Amino acid sequence: MLESIPLFPEQASSLAPEVDNLYFFVLAITGFFALLVAVLVVIFAIKYRDRTGNRVGAPITGSIPLELGWSIIPFFVSMAIFVWATVVFFHIVRPPDQTLEIYSTGKRWMWRFQHIDGQSEINELHVPLGRPVKVTFTSEDVLHSLYVPAFRVKADAIPGRYSSIWFTPTKTGQYHLFCAEYCGTKHSGMIGSVYVMDPDEYQAWLSGGGGLSMTARGEQLFQQLGCVSCHLNDGSGRGPSLAGKFGTQETLANGETVNVDDTYLRESILTPQLRLVAGYQPLMPTFQGLVNEEGVMSLIEYIKSLPAAPATGAATQTQAQGR
Amino acid sequence: MTTTVLPRVNYLNHEHGVASWLLTKDHKRIGILYLIVVAVAFFLGAIFAAGVRMELTTPQGDLVSADTYNKLFTAHGVMMVFFVLIPVVPAILGNFAMPLMIGAKDVAFPKLNLLSWYVFVIGFLFTIAALIFGGVDTGWTFYTPYSSTASNSNVMLTGLGVFIAGFSSILTGLNFMVTIHRMRAPGMTWFRLPLFVWAIYATALVQVLGTPVVAITVLMMALERALGFGIFDPRLGGDPVLFQHLFWFYSHPAVYIMILPPMGAISEVIACFSRKNVFGYSFVAFSSLAIAVFGFLVWAHHLFVAGISPYSAMVFSFLSFAVAIPSAVKTFNWTATLYQGAIWWRAPMMWVFGFIGLFLIGGLTGLFLASLGLDVHLHDTYFVVAHFHYIMVGGAIMGFLAGLHFWWPKMTGRMYSDGAATLSALLVFVGFNLTFGPQFILGYLGMPRRYHVYPDEYQVLNVLSSAGTSILGVGYTLTAVYLIYSLFRGERAGANPWLATGLEWNNTDSPPLPHNFSDLPVVSEGAYEYSKRGMKVA
Repeated sequence: MLESIPLFPEQASSLAPEVDNLYFFVLAITGFFALLVAVLVVIFAIKYRDRTGNRVGAPITGSIPLELGWSIIPFFVSMAIFVWATVVFFHIVRPPDQTLEIYSTGKRWMWRFQHIDGQSEINELHVPLGRPVKVTFTSEDVLHSLYVPAFRVKADAIPGRYSSIWFTPTKTGQYHLFCAEYCGTKHSGMIGSVYVMDPDEYQAWLSGGGGLSMTARGEQLFQQLGCVSCHLNDGSGRGPSLAGKFGTQETLANGETVNVDDTYLRESILTPQLRLVAGYQPLMPTFQGLVNEEGVMSLIEYIKSLPAAPATGAATQTQAQGR
Repeated sequence: MTTTVLPRVNYLNHEHGVASWLLTKDHKRIGILYLIVVAVAFFLGAIFAAGVRMELTTPQGDLVSADTYNKLFTAHGVMMVFFVLIPVVPAILGNFAMPLMIGAKDVAFPKLNLLSWYVFVIGFLFTIAALIFGGVDTGWTFYTPYSSTASNSNVMLTGLGVFIAGFSSILTGLNFMVTIHRMRAPGMTWFRLPLFVWAIYATALVQVLGTPVVAITVLMMALERALGFGIFDPRLGGDPVLFQHLFWFYSHPAVYIMILPPMGAISEVIACFSRKNVFGYSFVAFSSLAIAVFGFLVWAHHLFVAGISPYSAMVFSFLSFAVAIPSAVKTFNWTATLYQGAIWWRAPMMWVFGFIGLFLIGGLTGLFLASLGLDVHLHDTYFVVAHFHYIMVGGAIMGFLAGLHFWWPKMTGRMYSDGAATLSALLVFVGFNLTFGPQFILGYLGMPRRYHVYPDEYQVLNVLSSAGTSILGVGYTLTAVYLIYSLFRGERAGANPWLATGLEWNNTDSPPLPHNFSDLPVVSEGAYEYSKRGMKVA
């Protein structure tokens, strides 16, 4: 029975060996110090044992060199751990440029995953082997946390903002997916599986499902909600053109600049007055309650897909003259 | 020994009756009053823990419902953190021993001291009421927006209990600070203070500066829950992560409220039973202050995966490593104190050995969690649960028991069975490691905390952990049995059964006089001058 107890989770992502190596390093260092102190305590306790209780110890009060030594050495050792751990951390939180994007929402008590091509699934996530995947997610109610131990990644799902995890699966198979942040009654039921598939199988699986792609759904919503009537691609509308804006910087009415990323787009859809782009009137109504989290994600995906309009300024002018 | 008579008049027998206890302004009696309430809280908290561990022996949720399970671990956490760990050493041992140790007749504000106890009891009763009326299911951390918008349980009543109990902690801290500044006996300079007093002083700083923040945080959560103020709920324009910042700004320093005083008690016991000066007295004293100050600067290490900027995570990781250094310094100094000592193996020292072993593991596993790259994987798993139990129970409770066994003869005038106490320390040490050791492995395997149901492959380690709990339970029960037995049948202790230095041992009887000393003590030497005792050097 004892042989069946695993000590380490499977390594199924490119990050997993990095984290494990760090773990062994810290284990070795802390193990050394724990043993050192424990052995000394045991030796001293036995060697200097006095059964009478009537003797006194040697009149030693301290030693500055020793105090400095056992302050400075542990400091440098811990700094070595700090530096290594921080390097690994930045690998974990900084996704590579080209990733397969998947969106997700957590709510009590399930995870819903939305693939760009239209497939959606609940408490299951299918991903291809060997390709960096980035999951962007939020929560519809309370805090959750998306955690895949085999990939050594985790991030809290926070209502009102986006979080993300990324990983490159290195081994096909089925792995646990947990909610790691306590969220009420069925917290421990908010679990599922990640399936790492060969790329061909993954393609087959993707094409198996129906439904519109996220871009297409986003375009539909863009029409239905009337976004299109103000956000004209040529920039002549009452709102700024969104074409090619994703990933750029905008100047705000208060003079600050903002990166146009998914968080800013989400905020602009739900609370448009908060950070207004310079040169535009605060006319846009909130879409809070009119569009759900997945709708927002589809809209963002659509906005991302819009190519930059060539020479917007010129186009506006031409159009103005044409009228 | 049986021929030794109790002092004619002492703080226990000079007045009789319930009223004489409930209206007492004597710091020693107030310490005993806290001991009684904290013992009740510990018993309740332990029962809740037993419920949790029993449920977790099987992967299925077959013993209690999910909601009941959630209420069990919440009740365990609230009870143990706010009503056991925070008051256990400052309010019990600090109240009883600190004024004696500095040569004072009482604390600076005796009536305020009694008020603190009443405030504590009222907070405790509110919390008990919350449990009786159906419990609370938010976890002891009350994270928003779950606590402020979603939970259907007694959040308000529990929050009120915690809020009220916080004032007890603030008032006690204030009282102790003034006492240590103003009430020291002639000749009791700062650097002649026993290290326990330094630890109590450092703790008082944290109590006074930190506790108001958690009181305000709980209040804001209540305002949002009851009146819909948008503070933490994003739908109302709030920020749920703000709650975590505020909560941990207190609750991380609170860890030091829990661990610093037991560390102080450990220094006393080690010095006494090694018959030596504590190695590097001033380093041990200042490390307490350093921990208290740095403790305020590490709160966001609870938020590494909660969406804070990676650069701020980096800063907090660095500071978390930094706060580990003074703790390491203390541990090395205790170890060095044993060197060339005359180590008398009596029960309090056995609890100290247990403390060092468990605190080592608890402290060193903190380095894993301070490491950013590892914390992403380990956060909110059983690794964290194991880590903080090693600090809180392995460190704080073992340290408390070391101190309690040390001062018990002074408190009661009676000796307990040394053999039973040694056995109990061993049982607790073994049971503790069996309970929480496997949880480190579970955590690295990825088992999240607060799970009612878990995947089958985690069962073996969970069964080991639950089995350990029963040994731990036997150990603690044994402690209660021989300590209570000693009250009736224990040998008379005499003024100084351990041949210890210190005013509480050498300048008053056991139990001490109602006003501590018959003559005002005058201090002319450091706290641990065993070498000047005229005993033989080992």
